[in-house]
Amino acid sequence: MTAEAVLFFVFAGIAVLGALNLVIQRHPIHSALSLIVVMAALAVLYLLLGAEFIAAIQVIVYAGAIMVLFVLVIMLLNAGEEERTNLSQAARYLGLPVAVLLLGAMSWMLFRAGPADGLVQADRFLGQTGPIGRLLFTDYALPFELTSVLILIAVLGAVVLAKKEL
Amino acid sequence: MVPLSYYLVLSAVLFGLGVVGFLLKRSVITIFMSIELMLNAVNLAFVAFSYQWQALSGQVYVFFVIVVAAAEAAVGLAIIILVFRNRASLNVERLDSMKW
Amino acid sequence: MLELLWLIPVLPLAGAFVLGVAGRRWSQRSVVLVGVGSTGLSFATALGVAAAFAELPAEQIPVVKSYFTWLAAGSFRIEAAFLLDQLSLLMVLVVTGVGFLIHVYSVGYMAHEGGYYRFFAYLNLFMFFMLVLVLAANYVLLFVGWEGVGLCSYLLIGFYFLRQSAADAGKKAFIVNRIGDFGFTLALLLMFWTFGSLDFTSVFARAADLPVESAAWGQAGILTAISLLLFAGAVGKSAQIPLYVWLPDAMEGPTPVSALIHAATMVAAGVYMVARSHVLFAHAPFALMAVAVIGCLTAFYAASIGLVQNDIKRVLAYSTVSQLGYMFLGLGAGAFAAGIFHLMTHAFFKALLFLGAGSVIHAMHGQQDIRHMGELRKKIPATFWTFLLATLAITGIPGFSGFFSKDEILWQTLISPSLRFGWLLWLAGLVAAMLTSFYMFRLVFLTFCGQGRYTPETARKVHESPRVMTAPLAVLAFLSVVGGWVGIPAVLGEPLGISNWFEHYLEPVFAPSTEILHASAMTHSHSEELGLMGLTVLITLAGLGVAYTFYLRNPELANQIAETFRGPYRVLVNKYYVDEIYHAVVVRPLHWLSERVFWQVVDVGVVDGAANGAADRARQLGAWARRLQSGNTRSYGAWVVVGTLVVLSYFYFGKEYLFR
Repeated sequence: MTAEAVLFFVFAGIAVLGALNLVIQRHPIHSALSLIVVMAALAVLYLLLGAEFIAAIQVIVYAGAIMVLFVLVIMLLNAGEEERTNLSQAARYLGLPVAVLLLGAMSWMLFRAGPADGLVQADRFLGQTGPIGRLLFTDYALPFELTSVLILIAVLGAVVLAKKEL
Repeated sequence: MVPLSYYLVLSAVLFGLGVVGFLLKRSVITIFMSIELMLNAVNLAFVAFSYQWQALSGQVYVFFVIVVAAAEAAVGLAIIILVFRNRASLNVERLDSMKW
Repeated sequence: MLELLWLIPVLPLAGAFVLGVAGRRWSQRSVVLVGVGSTGLSFATALGVAAAFAELPAEQIPVVKSYFTWLAAGSFRIEAAFLLDQLSLLMVLVVTGVGFLIHVYSVGYMAHEGGYYRFFAYLNLFMFFMLVLVLAANYVLLFVGWEGVGLCSYLLIGFYFLRQSAADAGKKAFIVNRIGDFGFTLALLLMFWTFGSLDFTSVFARAADLPVESAAWGQAGILTAISLLLFAGAVGKSAQIPLYVWLPDAMEGPTPVSALIHAATMVAAGVYMVARSHVLFAHAPFALMAVAVIGCLTAFYAASIGLVQNDIKRVLAYSTVSQLGYMFLGLGAGAFAAGIFHLMTHAFFKALLFLGAGSVIHAMHGQQDIRHMGELRKKIPATFWTFLLATLAITGIPGFSGFFSKDEILWQTLISPSLRFGWLLWLAGLVAAMLTSFYMFRLVFLTFCGQGRYTPETARKVHESPRVMTAPLAVLAFLSVVGGWVGIPAVLGEPLGISNWFEHYLEPVFAPSTEILHASAMTHSHSEELGLMGLTVLITLAGLGVAYTFYLRNPELANQIAETFRGPYRVLVNKYYVDEIYHAVVVRPLHWLSERVFWQVVDVGVVDGAANGAADRARQLGAWARRLQSGNTRSYGAWVVVGTLVVLSYFYFGKEYLFR
């Protein structure tokens, strides 16, 4: 059992537990914090796969900015614990079984899709910033520019929507 | 030193949990967070496949996913604030104004 | 002149059209000009055509003029074509001639009624259809005329449509006729199936090549079937048993209508049709037998009912049914010319009788019950004398037209080689002749002679009809007397040097069947014929004598006999309760069926049920599907996941399995 394997199982476990906690908790703030834990664990997993840049981005942008935004909104709205209303019959009876089914099906499929042999070695492939940057500015230049437009629109939208008076 | 399929199974498990949360939770914000969880699971799958095929474009896609998720989160939360102002509740079942 | 053949029916059609469209506001004079004028012109054209026809050499007869192709579907072609031979020319002359006289009469009779233009429009339309019927060169065109006259009959019987009984009578006529028409239609179908054509020339040519079918009960061939079905149509149109019930009720119509349609022409259409189809009937002895039997039965039966009727028109109606029976008896005996001869003479004297009755009713200001008449002889002499002449004709007093035609039929029935029990039919016919004599003279005596059975006030108002009405009466009286002389039988004519012109005239038409039917004829002596003729005359005079005794000598005698034989009397007065029987056996069950089954079960249950049910299902489906759009996000989400699962499964598992 190499160190990588141990790391994998530990952080995979943390991710799963965090996700479970997200679903189980009643107060949104607890769910948000669990999600942050999941993201952190995922960042480690990215590193194990050799994707340094993505790991860094995950922590900085996803966990550091987006989740902070979530927490901010939760605090702003002062959302309390969830009520126990059960108005949707479809979700109540279909929800859990179907989701589990989905999970099972996907797992099975993906299990079959991945190579049976060939273990992951972290240093075999490195997603460094440089090569990714080069790709972004050459092959994917158009989507890159479009994302900047997208962010601009999102900012405008958020401001317009959330303003008190126009 | 783990087979790649383990990463993929983990991705599937996280996705499934995201679906469960999406269906079972009643607070709008929590539902939104479950969606983010699903996106994260997908990111993991992308990175795993990028490793398998030795192609950097997988990670570039992840980059874009994160950017889009950010934009989406911003607008979505703005909408949630607006909804909260109008309905005074974050319970997704109280959001519709349909007669039946 | 022969090219103007088409004008003969088209002139009345044009008259009908013009009157129907524009006649409403016209003065009576203009209506008469168009209505009577068109018929008069038609008659004149017919005379012209007859003159041209007389010049034609024998090979060119029959003349077939085709005007346009009406229907063409594959090998099925129906032309709008007219066939002119001796038979159709005779019918055309009778129809236009008598029709014209009745039109003239109606000018006076209908002068005080409302709907003057409508009357003449309908009458003209009837002339058109009747002429199409007799001139048609194929069965389909004949059927067009057939149905058309039925329609006009309905319109004219129900002319006083505000009267419930008149409307009912019109309906009854049309519906009962329809039953016969159904048989006719089946005959047409069978004919087309057998011969591949409905054209007279081709059908008769092909039928002539077929063998004569057996007359035995169980072995009917196709020609027997066709002939019987054609006859079924004739039974309806010409009011034979069992479809005669509409004719007495048809008296609800104006009297000129009764004269033209229900005496002289339309009811004769069946006789004409059977005569025209003589080739078919000659090959089907069983059908001929059926024709004779039904004709004879009807003659006797209707005469028996006429004995005790009290409405002047009704007596004449039953008389018509009875005389039509005689015509069919003649046809069934194989003497087609005799049947047509009686048709012609009957047209003359029956039309005269009806018009005379109309004159009486006109004089009595609407009274139609003969029990309230009497002593009109001196008051309306023109009507009386013409009516008397017609009575003499119908009863068969020697010298008058009816004598020659009726006697010919009776003689031919007796000697017919194709009728097995000819003598029995002859006997029944003889008895019916006596009954005819009795009830006709009863009618005359009660109406015109004896004591007047009405108030003096009524007596003062009685007046003779205007000249426009009595002139046609005179013309018809002349024809009733003289018209028979064209058909004088050989036995009487030879000594006088006159030949039987009528029979010779129609010989070419009936030649094909005469060969078959009279192949096994025996010769009969003249004395036999003369003897039977004398017997008939005696019987007729006996009937006259009995009527005289009952109604002039000893008026109470009739009532005493009626009291003594109260049962049979009641049966006769109530027309053997046939209408009631029909109502109970046919009308009521049909009504029940319509109401209980067809309406409540089929229409409401099945049809409405299906329509409303379909709408209901759609609504329910919509209501069920609506629940999908609940507005509940979580439910939407659940269904989205289900859908995802399905798609995923399809792509991973199902693709190979589903498209094997």
